[in-house]
Amino acid sequence: MGSPFSALLVTVFTPLAGVALLAVVRTLSVAGWLNLGLTVLEFMASLALASAVAYGGDLTAHSFHIDALNVYLVVLTTFIGMTTAIFSRPYMAQVCAEGRITRQRMQLYHAMFQGFQFTMLLALTTDNLGVLWVAVEGATLATVLLVSLYRTPESVEAAWKYFILCGVGIALALFGTVLVYFAAQQVLADPEQGLTWSVLHASAAQLDPTVLGIAFVFLLVGYGTKVGLVPMHFWLPDAHSEGPTPVSAVLSGLLLNVALYALLRLKMLADPALANGSSPAIAGHLMMAFGLVSFVVGSLSLQRRHNIKRMFSYSSIEHMGLMTFAFGMGGPLATFAGLLHMLVHSLTKSAIFVTVGHATHIAGTQTIEHIRGLIHTQPGVGWGLLLGVAAIAGFPPFGIFASEFLVIAATMASWPWLSVILLSGLAIAFAGLFGNVQPMVYGAAPENQAAVKANMLPVVVHLLLVLWLGLAIPALLANWLNQVTVLIAGEGVL
Amino acid sequence: MNLEQLSLLDQAIFVLAALALLASFSLLAQTRLTAAIHSFAWQGVMVALVTTLVALSGIHHLYVSALLTLSLKSLLIPWMLHRLVRRLDMESEAESIGHPTLLVLAGAGLVIFCYWVALPIERLDMISTRNVIAVSLAIVVLGLWMMVARRRVVTQVLGFMSMENGLFLAAVASTRGMPLVVELGVAFDVLVAAILFGVFFFHISESIETLDVDLLNRLNEREE
Repeated sequence: MGSPFSALLVTVFTPLAGVALLAVVRTLSVAGWLNLGLTVLEFMASLALASAVAYGGDLTAHSFHIDALNVYLVVLTTFIGMTTAIFSRPYMAQVCAEGRITRQRMQLYHAMFQGFQFTMLLALTTDNLGVLWVAVEGATLATVLLVSLYRTPESVEAAWKYFILCGVGIALALFGTVLVYFAAQQVLADPEQGLTWSVLHASAAQLDPTVLGIAFVFLLVGYGTKVGLVPMHFWLPDAHSEGPTPVSAVLSGLLLNVALYALLRLKMLADPALANGSSPAIAGHLMMAFGLVSFVVGSLSLQRRHNIKRMFSYSSIEHMGLMTFAFGMGGPLATFAGLLHMLVHSLTKSAIFVTVGHATHIAGTQTIEHIRGLIHTQPGVGWGLLLGVAAIAGFPPFGIFASEFLVIAATMASWPWLSVILLSGLAIAFAGLFGNVQPMVYGAAPENQAAVKANMLPVVVHLLLVLWLGLAIPALLANWLNQVTVLIAGEGVL
Repeated sequence: MNLEQLSLLDQAIFVLAALALLASFSLLAQTRLTAAIHSFAWQGVMVALVTTLVALSGIHHLYVSALLTLSLKSLLIPWMLHRLVRRLDMESEAESIGHPTLLVLAGAGLVIFCYWVALPIERLDMISTRNVIAVSLAIVVLGLWMMVARRRVVTQVLGFMSMENGLFLAAVASTRGMPLVVELGVAFDVLVAAILFGVFFFHISESIETLDVDLLNRLNEREE
């Protein structure tokens, strides 16, 4: 790949071509492999883009803006897209062979999988706040039919709730975007540039603090709905539990990140503007409050769950809350911790959903009480679930331990009392997760339970990566995240 | 603000925005589906007219937006909804509203609240159309209120779409329209959303056999 810009174009527009291609490919096995091939291509292109940005610096051209912050999420998105496609190919073929969905819907599934990748990558790379909004809304539209893929009454209901709640939330975010544009018009010489993030960021200090304050509230509620912040989180457990498992994996691992990324970008605009107003830290404080409430509600909801996928979606709410809290706190250490947590949470959570997909297949149900003895029936899946949960619960030596430790350290330094809430929340979440998972893994297996054909490769790769990040963050990645921290918080931690 | 001091154009924009708000109220209290769809179409016409008036002051790309709004919000989407309502045999159905007076009074309260929220923004600038921010915020919030208070799938969709109307009005009146790329993107999203809503009507009526949202209650924590 020649210039960084062509790498960018390949990364972002390969999935768009994939939508068109997969919409017409009728042979299922071909579509599965094609989907996988496309995601591999996207991942390669994103690596090329990342190395180009690492050596050549930021890239701002033709309404795209690539800096250390979004390129890291682009690589993460394409990587998890790829591993999920590896898992999804045999899994969905199996689902189709069982007759749960028709061939047409498989076609829809593959096309929309790529459509979802496209909207997320567009949201991450665009320099225009309006296009960002369009792309995030597009991600909702692409996934809504995936959630209801099985067409059971429950899945239709889940998809409807998802559609309506996220639609309303995202509409409020558009109002916030309009207000940002309005504020920009008073300041910028060229009003046409009023939604261009890089231009706005350069003159953010001149934006009117009152308008930006109101705008940020709308944006926080709007994009926060997609992040899954309490009290706008009701769609999340439903959508994650009723959709096909590969969709749960990408929703939890990627979409939530993209929404949080949008919030982060907007906070970077709001903070310098609010510094001139009457309440300079309001944006951060709001994020902290929403984040902390989500964290607490998420960890309390982990207790006594009955549906395994719902349980892990509450765990997503808990972790997204923790990240929002860390980013709201600001400061180099908390920001670094939040960025690291985004990375390890995505890797772990998508690995868990893949494992859960196999586990529900073995047991033939999603009800926790009826999933028993995984480790006896199929040791690979049993161990996968156990280690995945150990990682997500924040056990050393996994990466989540490191990032949670950093969040708590940062909290100790600036808001010591809140670390009590954090620590007890983590303990409660830990108890809930293990209380539910232990019988599933170790309990007595039902008589006729048999092993299924499972592809644990994505899980192994993800968990090894998380382990590696927990033991020793490679210098390259540490520098990279440090660069992002400098970008967001003004100074680094290294 | 002294209305007489405004230019004729501004006064016209103001009146049209107020009429769009009125359409929101009629949506809120209308029990018959067909009539509610008509109210929604009229709201689209008002928004398109405001856009045309703003375009007259020299922002040419707004003519495109006006045309888009008119064709999408006041012709295509209402037509699609009409067809669906006819196909699902709901033309003559009337939805019962618990306390219509309270519903509308709460709506009026919400409008006042929106003016209060928009107060600091209006003070910023003397141009009267900025006042329309408050009106458009009110349309957004009333759409939201409608989605909360009404129990039918179709009325929820109407509430959702009228929220979009309010957002569009805000963009046009306060900032003379967003960049064209963004407006095209938003229009595309709205169109796809409208088509998806249509698809969903059939899924819901097939699998749950009703379009009453109160019966969408399978997924809760108790019965798991």
